[in-house]
Amino acid sequence: MYKIAVMGDKDSVLGFKALGLEVCPVDNPDQGREALHRMAKENYAIVYMTEQLAAQLPQEIARYKDALTPAIILIPGKEGSLGIGMANVKTAVERAVGADIL
Amino acid sequence: MPSATINPTRQELNRLKTRLRTSIRGHKLLKDKRDELMKQFMDVVRENRALRKRVEEGLMRAHGAFTVAAALMSPEMLEQSLLYPKQSVELDMTFQNIMSVDVPQYQFRTSSQDPGEVYPYGFAQTSGELDDAVDALSRVLSDMLRLAEIEKTSQLLAEEIEKTRRRVNALEYVKIPEMQANIKYITMKLDENERSNTIRLMKVKDMILKEAIEERQAQDARAVRAFGSDGESPAEV
Repeated sequence: MYKIAVMGDKDSVLGFKALGLEVCPVDNPDQGREALHRMAKENYAIVYMTEQLAAQLPQEIARYKDALTPAIILIPGKEGSLGIGMANVKTAVERAVGADIL
Repeated sequence: MPSATINPTRQELNRLKTRLRTSIRGHKLLKDKRDELMKQFMDVVRENRALRKRVEEGLMRAHGAFTVAAALMSPEMLEQSLLYPKQSVELDMTFQNIMSVDVPQYQFRTSSQDPGEVYPYGFAQTSGELDDAVDALSRVLSDMLRLAEIEKTSQLLAEEIEKTRRRVNALEYVKIPEMQANIKYITMKLDENERSNTIRLMKVKDMILKEAIEERQAQDARAVRAFGSDGESPAEV
């Protein structure tokens, strides 16, 4: 059994609670860092994180990028999308191919 | 350029030749692996982009409805309504092997199949916008899980492709040419040694012959001196 968590500011993540996902409201980057490391050690397969929070934790996210779990997936927060998620897809292509070919 | 520390011996030459054969074979295999990975990766990335777009749109709609609901209801009420979820999601993870890269595959099960069951609150004290928000979220959930799978897969594949590409290039442009240069250097050196050896033997032979001839001439001269000082040939004596 694996767990799914949603991290971000409270207003953005509260709705996911209704779906039965585990919600982890985070107010500042330090708290987020701590929570993320704790989740990585525990049985979390997927961590959804708002782009607003992810923008403040780039090193932590890079650290888990090549690990099998947890998969850190960026979702837009309530302020809207920052385009980081799409940029990450582009980065993956650049990393693999050496140039952005899409 | 052959490196300075290389030993021009036959043993080294044999070793290098074996290594070159292995390297060429490895290079071919890695190249095939890279091409296949790339093919898979392109499919995954295309799906990733489409899925991410869809998920982001769905989530923005949900956030919009949620913001309106939050404006209509007091924060305490809102939190209370969502405090105890009726629904729960169970996630199982298996691994699929794509060209020796383990990628996760998620199977999820929601505790209730009825879509009307997602609302964990009574409808009397909550605003309709909250229903919209929860509804939008529950509809985007399966796409979100698929997105997690696809996005992780693309990240892991990208890492593996990068590694494989570096290996292929290192073999193709550094290791194999270096070994070929070394082999050439050793062959030349060995040939050179062999030639110099032949020359040396020829020289020695020349010297020995010369010595023998000189000795013979000296003998002849002595014989002439002993028997034919008056000018007659030795045969007539």
